[in-house]
Amino acid sequence: MLFTNLFTGLGMNHSLAWFISQALSILIFDVVLLVMIAYLLLADRKIWAAVQMRRGPNVVGPFGLLQTFADLTKFLLKEVIIPAGSNKVIFMIAPLVTVILAFAGWAVVPLNKGWVISDINVGILYLFAMSSLGVYGIIMAGWASNSKYPFLSALRAAAQMVSYEVSIGFVIITVLLFAGSLNLSRIVEAQAGSLGMLNWNVFSILFPMLPIFFVSALAETNRPPFDLVEAESELVAGFFVEYSSTPFLLFFLGEYLSIVLMCAMCSILFLGGWLSPVNIWPLNIPELGIFWFLAKICFFFFMFAMVKAMVPRYRYDQLMRLGWKVFLPTSLLWVVLTAGWVLFVRPHL
Amino acid sequence: MFEAVAFYFFSAILIASAVMVIAARNPVHSVLFLILAFFNAAGLFVLLGAEFLGMILVVVYVGAVAVLFLFVVMMLDVDFAELKRGTLQYLPFGALIGVILVAELVMAGSVWVARPSAPLASATPAGLSNTEALGMILYTDYIYYFQIAGMVLLVAMIGAIVLTLRSRPGVRRQVISVQNARTAAMAVDMHDLKPGQGSEGERA
Repeated sequence: MLFTNLFTGLGMNHSLAWFISQALSILIFDVVLLVMIAYLLLADRKIWAAVQMRRGPNVVGPFGLLQTFADLTKFLLKEVIIPAGSNKVIFMIAPLVTVILAFAGWAVVPLNKGWVISDINVGILYLFAMSSLGVYGIIMAGWASNSKYPFLSALRAAAQMVSYEVSIGFVIITVLLFAGSLNLSRIVEAQAGSLGMLNWNVFSILFPMLPIFFVSALAETNRPPFDLVEAESELVAGFFVEYSSTPFLLFFLGEYLSIVLMCAMCSILFLGGWLSPVNIWPLNIPELGIFWFLAKICFFFFMFAMVKAMVPRYRYDQLMRLGWKVFLPTSLLWVVLTAGWVLFVRPHL
Repeated sequence: MFEAVAFYFFSAILIASAVMVIAARNPVHSVLFLILAFFNAAGLFVLLGAEFLGMILVVVYVGAVAVLFLFVVMMLDVDFAELKRGTLQYLPFGALIGVILVAELVMAGSVWVARPSAPLASATPAGLSNTEALGMILYTDYIYYFQIAGMVLLVAMIGAIVLTLRSRPGVRRQVISVQNARTAAMAVDMHDLKPGQGSEGERA
């Protein structure tokens, strides 16, 4: 959208100009996203180190700021090893699936009012679909490696991610009942109001859904304490035992991309996306929206990093119990409650 | 222009991957091609303007059903040589079913002609989004069918649970509430053992 006028001004026909400008905005968005991921990765390691009273990476560049880029070069320059007994095509497709799906989800995320690559009507369903497909990268990698640990990891991943998708789905249903739309921009706008942050979903009847969504997001992205899929004390490194070099880098990147995507989803669904926490003039000007949105993403990412540093790993049966016997009934009950609230109580407020 | 290109692109991949589902030797490859077919069908739905159906197809079939397919197929220990040996013997029967299906499709296709005056149904009626339109019709005109479908699924689910739920006596089970309520005082016993003497007699 951004560059369409520029290119039509250069004498192109409209559809070609639209196509090129979309491609260009996607390219710019992805490059910025990657640089952001590089620094969030560093922040993750620094926070983890600080909790354990270490310094963390501090050698490459000032304060270790270039550490991620050094790691990137290392991954790119190492040799790609493909196991002889593996299914080579699927072995190489699996990391691509992971990283492409992790990127694809970002297409519908609104960074600010109107700042979105694809403003589709079913944005939240699209995000849900993309995050639920993330399991394929893991299953394909685990199966194609033709090795015991990755295979066990793939089986665990399939059960874990399908279980937690259910509660994520119900939480999303409560939010869209409350906002009355599946479009992410409209979900954010439904949380706008004169009271600032008191209008956000997290301070409405939906408040218990944020912890459920956050914990389910931890499980969905295989973060500790739910990283049973790559539990190093049990499965060495889980599904990427056989991966090296760039394919491993793609898994790593895909994992962090989907973590940040989950942070973005948390802030859009519950913390009002690009909206300012206080509705006072210099803070609520529209251009600052991107700043608030990034700040909320960073807040949730900090929570993800702290959980990783502080909470011990769950046992597999505890994981399943939490998903099916605690989160599923709670979120299901809340769907009913929210529907009742929207239908019977809210019209009279 | 763009829509036509996208339509032929999705359709071509859909048909090719559907053929590969039955042509692939390895059952895991079959399931992966099935997933590709689902994806392209979702693409066709989106092109028609039925974006809700497209997304639900991806969420339900690709995100949940096909994962379980893949799960089961991966666990099976398939002997490919054994599998190939049996193929020929089912060929006449399979060919018969195929011929019947093709004949029926041709008959239906040649007879069924849309009246030129018939209005083109739109996926998005005026003033409503696709999702709202679908909800309106599903929860008004077709509410009984919708509820019956839900009931069928519920019965199937309860049936599956009843069939697999076994309570065998004499099996050690964990009781989560007891585990959570355990304190240090309950978990640790202190015993004063004499040297050269086991703890067998003292165990509570």
